[in-house]
Amino acid sequence: MSEPCLKVDDLRVTFDVGHGRKLQAVAGVSFDIKPGQTLGLVGESGSGKSTTGLAALRLIPPTSGSVRLAGTELTRLRRRELRGMRRRMQMVFQDPYSSLNPSMTIGQLLEEPLVVHTKLSKDERRTAVERMLDSVGLSAQFAARYPHEFSGGQRQRIAIARAMMVRPDLIVLDEPVSALDVSTQSQILNLLTRIQAESGTAFLFIAHDLAVVRLMSPTVAVMYLGEIVEQGPSERVYDEPAHPYSAALISAVPFPDPDRRRSDDRLILGGDLPSPLNPPSGCRFRTRCPFAMDICATEAPPPVPIEGGGIASCHLHAHGPKLGGRSLRPFLADHGAIGHS
Amino acid sequence: MSNAIAAALAPPTNPPEAVTLPPPSGFFRRFARNRVALVSLIVLLLIVLTAIFAPVLAPHDPAKSSLRNILKPPSAMYLLGSDDLGRDVLSRLIFASRLSLVASVQALVIAVGIGLPLGLISGYIGGWVDTVIMRFNDALMSFPALILAVVIVGLLGPSLTNAMTAIGLVYAPRIMRVVRGSTLSVREEVYVQAARATGCSDARIIARHVLPNITGPLVVQATVLMGHALLAEAGLSFLGLGVQPPETSWGAMLGTAFPYLAQSPTPTIAAGCIISVTVLCFNLIGDGLRDSVGRARRAGD
Repeated sequence: MSEPCLKVDDLRVTFDVGHGRKLQAVAGVSFDIKPGQTLGLVGESGSGKSTTGLAALRLIPPTSGSVRLAGTELTRLRRRELRGMRRRMQMVFQDPYSSLNPSMTIGQLLEEPLVVHTKLSKDERRTAVERMLDSVGLSAQFAARYPHEFSGGQRQRIAIARAMMVRPDLIVLDEPVSALDVSTQSQILNLLTRIQAESGTAFLFIAHDLAVVRLMSPTVAVMYLGEIVEQGPSERVYDEPAHPYSAALISAVPFPDPDRRRSDDRLILGGDLPSPLNPPSGCRFRTRCPFAMDICATEAPPPVPIEGGGIASCHLHAHGPKLGGRSLRPFLADHGAIGHS
Repeated sequence: MSNAIAAALAPPTNPPEAVTLPPPSGFFRRFARNRVALVSLIVLLLIVLTAIFAPVLAPHDPAKSSLRNILKPPSAMYLLGSDDLGRDVLSRLIFASRLSLVASVQALVIAVGIGLPLGLISGYIGGWVDTVIMRFNDALMSFPALILAVVIVGLLGPSLTNAMTAIGLVYAPRIMRVVRGSTLSVREEVYVQAARATGCSDARIIARHVLPNITGPLVVQATVLMGHALLAEAGLSFLGLGVQPPETSWGAMLGTAFPYLAQSPTPTIAAGCIISVTVLCFNLIGDGLRDSVGRARRAGD
C-alpha cells in the first residue's frame, strides 16, 4: 500500500458561539485518500462535511487531531510554511459566482497561483494559463475577460483551472457542481474525471448529491452530525449499507428507472438534524434511528469492519440483531420500520 | 376535463404585460442617467479648466491695483466689480480657484494617505489592532472638525500647507471608517478565502483582492471629502489661518471682502457663490457615484 496522499486522524473543529457554548461541527473524523484517488464525503446540510474540507486545508483552524498531506503534518506548520504547502493542496468552492474576484481578469486569476508559488517569467505564466484554459475547454482568448462575462459552468471551469495551475497533490472540491444546472453538472464532472486521470491529483469530493458522489468516487464516507458513520467502497456502501443512516440517505435518492423501483427496503427518516450545540448522548443518530436500542443512548458505537470493505459505527452490529459487519439490507427487509414507496 | 385542458392550452386573452427592465448598462451609463450628477460634473470640469487656463481667461492682472477704482460696482471694465485695493474681482476669483482646488487635493491626499492603509489594516487584521486603531479614530472624530483644524494650525503656524495638513489629518478618520467597513465585508467574500486557499500572503490579498473591491465606496467618500476640504480651506483662509497674502484663495477673498459688505457686496457674494457651487458639485457628484458604483460587477452586466 502506498502512503496516503491525505491522512486525517480524529479531526475536531469546535466553534465558540459565545456564552460559554461550544459548537462541535466536526467531532473526531478520520479518513485517508490515496494518491490520485477520490474520496466522496456525503451527508445532509449541517453534517459538517464542508467544515471538514476547510479544516483539512487549515482554512479554518482545527481544534485537535492530525492532518497529514504526503507525510507533512499540517496542523503544526507555521503560517509561512503552510503557505508554501498550499502549492500541493488547492480548493474549488461551491459557488463559482462568488469564488472568483470580480476585479481580476481570468488571466490574472489563473496566473496568481504561479505568481505566489513559482518563479516563472511573465511569458511562461501566460503560456501556462493559455494551456490550462485550453485543457478545461475554454478559449485562450478568454484570459483578458472578467468573471462576470461567463456562465456558472464556465466559471467553475475557471475555478478548477485555477486549482490545477500548480499541479497540486490534492484538491478539495466543496460541492463543486451543486450550484450548477444538471446539464452543466455532467460536463464539469467529466472534466474533473479527465483531469484526475491526466494529472493523478487526489480529490476530496464533498457533496450532498449521492448520485454524483457514486459517479465520482470509488470510496465514500457518510457524515452525520460531525461524525463519519460509515465509509467504504462506494459499490458496497450504496448496495449493501451497514449503517441505518446510510441506508436512509440512499433510500432518499430518486430512482430514475420506473421499472426498477426499489420497493422493498425504503427507509424514511423523520425529524431534523439535532442541534450540534447539544448533540444526543451515545450514538448521535439514535434520535432519528428507527432501530435505536437502550445501549445507543449510553455508549457511542465503535467502528466495526464491514464485509466487503470499510467500516460502520452502529450498535446493531454487536448488539440486538448482531449483524456482525453484514449488510443492513436483509435486516431492513425483515423489519416493520420499512416504508413502501 | 378536456375543456379545462383546452382552456389551459388556448392563448391567454390578456397577454401578460411585458416586463420592462432597465437596459443593462455599465457604470458610466448609470452615472450619466443621473442628470444632476452629470451637470455637476460638467460645472466642475468648467471650474477646473478655468483654473488651468487662468492666465488666458482672466481679463486683468489679479495683483494689479488701481487706487482710483476702489470698491467699484460691476461694470464693463470690472465684470464683478473691484475690491478694496482696486483689483479686478473676477480675475482674482479665476486665479484663486487654482489654490483652492490644489489645496483641497492636498488635504484629500493626506486624508487618504493616512486613512486608507490604517483602515485596511484595521478591517483586515481585526482583533486588538482594530480595537486600538478604532478607539483612537473615535477620539479624533469626537472633536468638531474645523475646531481641531484650527488648533493644529495654531500649533503649526498659519500657512496654506499647514492648514491643508490639518484638514487632511482631521478628515483621515472619515476615510478610515469607510475603508474599514468595506474591508470588513470584502474580507468575508469567498474569493478572499479562495485567495487564501491559493496560498496568497496577507499583503497580496489586501493589495489584489481587497483594495480593488473597495474602490467604489472609497471614491464616493473621497469626492464628498473634496467638498468638505474646499469648505474647510475657505473657512481657515477666511479666518486668516490658511493662505497668506499676496496669494489668495476663494476663502481668503471672502475674508478680505467681507468687511466692505455694506459698501460693495459683489466681491463677497461672488466668492461665496463660487465656493457654494463648487462644494455642491462635489457633493452631488459624490451622491451620483454612490448610486452608480457597486452594483455593476455583482449584477453581472
